[in-house]
Amino acid sequence: MNKKLVSAILCGAMVLGTVSPVFAEEDGVKIALVAKSAGNAFFEIAAASFVETAEAEGSTVDIIYPEEATADAQIKSLDNLISQDYDVICISANDENALQAKLEEAMDAGIKVVSFDSAVNSDSRQVFVNQAGVTEVAQALMDAVYDIAGGEGQWAILSATSQATNQNAWIDAMKEIMESDEKYADLELVEVAYGDDESQKSTDQTEALVTNYPDLKVICAPTTVGIAAAAKYLQDNDCTCKLTGLGLPSEMLEYTGEGDDYSCPYFYLWDMQGLGTLAAYTSIAIANEEITGAEGETFTAGDLGDYTIVAASDGGTEIVLGLPLEFNPDNIEEMAELY
Amino acid sequence: MEKKSLMKRITGSREALLAAILILMIVVVTIINPAFFTPKSFSNLIKNNAVTMVMALGMLCVMLVGGIDISITSTLAFSGMWIGMLIKYEYISGTILPFLLAILIGTCCGFIVGLVISRADVPPIIATMGFMYIYRAMAYLISNGGEWASAAALGTFKDFATSRFLGLNCVVWVVIICYVIFFFFMRWTRLGRKIYAVGSNPEAAEVSGINVRNIKLMVYTIMGCLAGLAGALQVAVYASAMPNMQKGGEMDVIAACVIGGVSMSGGRGTVVGALLGALILATIAKALPLIPFFDQLWLNTIKGVIILVVVVMNVILQRTADANALKRREM
Repeated sequence: MNKKLVSAILCGAMVLGTVSPVFAEEDGVKIALVAKSAGNAFFEIAAASFVETAEAEGSTVDIIYPEEATADAQIKSLDNLISQDYDVICISANDENALQAKLEEAMDAGIKVVSFDSAVNSDSRQVFVNQAGVTEVAQALMDAVYDIAGGEGQWAILSATSQATNQNAWIDAMKEIMESDEKYADLELVEVAYGDDESQKSTDQTEALVTNYPDLKVICAPTTVGIAAAAKYLQDNDCTCKLTGLGLPSEMLEYTGEGDDYSCPYFYLWDMQGLGTLAAYTSIAIANEEITGAEGETFTAGDLGDYTIVAASDGGTEIVLGLPLEFNPDNIEEMAELY
Repeated sequence: MEKKSLMKRITGSREALLAAILILMIVVVTIINPAFFTPKSFSNLIKNNAVTMVMALGMLCVMLVGGIDISITSTLAFSGMWIGMLIKYEYISGTILPFLLAILIGTCCGFIVGLVISRADVPPIIATMGFMYIYRAMAYLISNGGEWASAAALGTFKDFATSRFLGLNCVVWVVIICYVIFFFFMRWTRLGRKIYAVGSNPEAAEVSGINVRNIKLMVYTIMGCLAGLAGALQVAVYASAMPNMQKGGEMDVIAACVIGGVSMSGGRGTVVGALLGALILATIAKALPLIPFFDQLWLNTIKGVIILVVVVMNVILQRTADANALKRREM
């Protein structure tokens, strides 16, 4: 009798044991958030709000940092992830195409793939959460260049590396805008320089731009390290050339202001907190199969409101957060506390 | 006869050849773009390469004893990040104190590296590879996972890199002082000569009463000390402390030494050589973007080619010099 009772209890326990993981899975989505590498201030802001949002929704998030900012290192990280029971991989890619094989493997294994911040190609993802559409950023930067240059003159771009996905997309879009609109006919883009996101090289490149083009009016640096290095060089050397681009307010506080003492009148950045939140809601919605990533689907992203999935320029689909934020002497001190 | 003596004169002073290459490069670049040849441009060149130049001195010492140190830029980031964060959160201020603190932290880092290499006999490349990861990761840790200490947070510390003393930028002064000290140290002090002795023949040095392990410990400590100083310089020059700063920069430092004729197997190399090597490298990095209509993507390729050409030339000259020396002995 006793033995039967014990075995019955044991059997019950075993059944419960096999069932309970299913319970555990149902009460929250398990998300792997893959960074470009450790120590990216941008990413950290987005990641913080991502984790906060996801946890408030009852999901769990593991942030995975590849050893270095390369596609190879991300492939290694993804390799590990696929064998674990994640529902969603949300990735900021170091390379647009190099991750395709791995991400397809993940999708075949039933893991949903969302990319945000920096996209992977359309075959490697369900949907891309875009900080601001490429055209919106390019338009904002182009207008800033136009405004600061006074409508005419030479300007140059200081980018990160020559294969950085998002940088190149913005640069191409800026060139397109410039060609398509008569308004920018008097602006001349003299060079696209690459500072590799290193202070030393960005400084060399800035100096070369100013030296090679004495009449240069504006440098547009759509990268944080580049814009800070260029701002420092231009300000220290009292250059007449001005600066705009994409940067972090806390890093640009010293250089942003009106008049000749400052090298940067104003610059832009997307809303990284908003991006993290939207990416989290998207990951959860896609894991719960509220959305599949097809064009035209809509969903509610908490306080951010309703979003619609639209076609992206690379043939896939994306969700666009909104316009980039402008940082100027009026709001920079306040925003520097945040970013 | 005539030809031989000329050969001898060149091989006798490799530095003269390097100086000739450097001058040739400067002349060529100046012809293409006259803006290169201005005092401000040279001051900026040294300022922007101060970090590499200072660390090249330490790498010289390390390579002289047949070692190598690839953890230096991690040490730089670690010490630089420390002072950056301390200034940002207002624990310290001013200029001297952060500099001393960075040097102290760097020295400790280097001392630990030296202990592992000299006492546990770990091959230098392996030991420093380990510390490269450790110190870099520690730099990230103290930065709260990637926070910057940026210009606004650095207070008056960053003014050091923009202020002048006797008409020269302070950063340039630091570089000059370091080179002068090391020139005398390596040439005329007993300790300096011991480094050469250990590098050319460790057994002979041991027999003659030099404590080889202590000399090895010393060179890695010197390296760490200079990497710490470089950390403070990096933060001052770029007015920002980031945990990933100078990542990969150790290769430039090693390249500077190799171009300068410092032998990878130890015993051979001079302060002047390291200086010229670092300057050649700095000139390449600064000059290539100045050449108009030059595709920037070729920059690293050309850098590599120039390094190889100079090194191959060095090896050939060294062989001729050795052959000459041997011939003399035979006679």
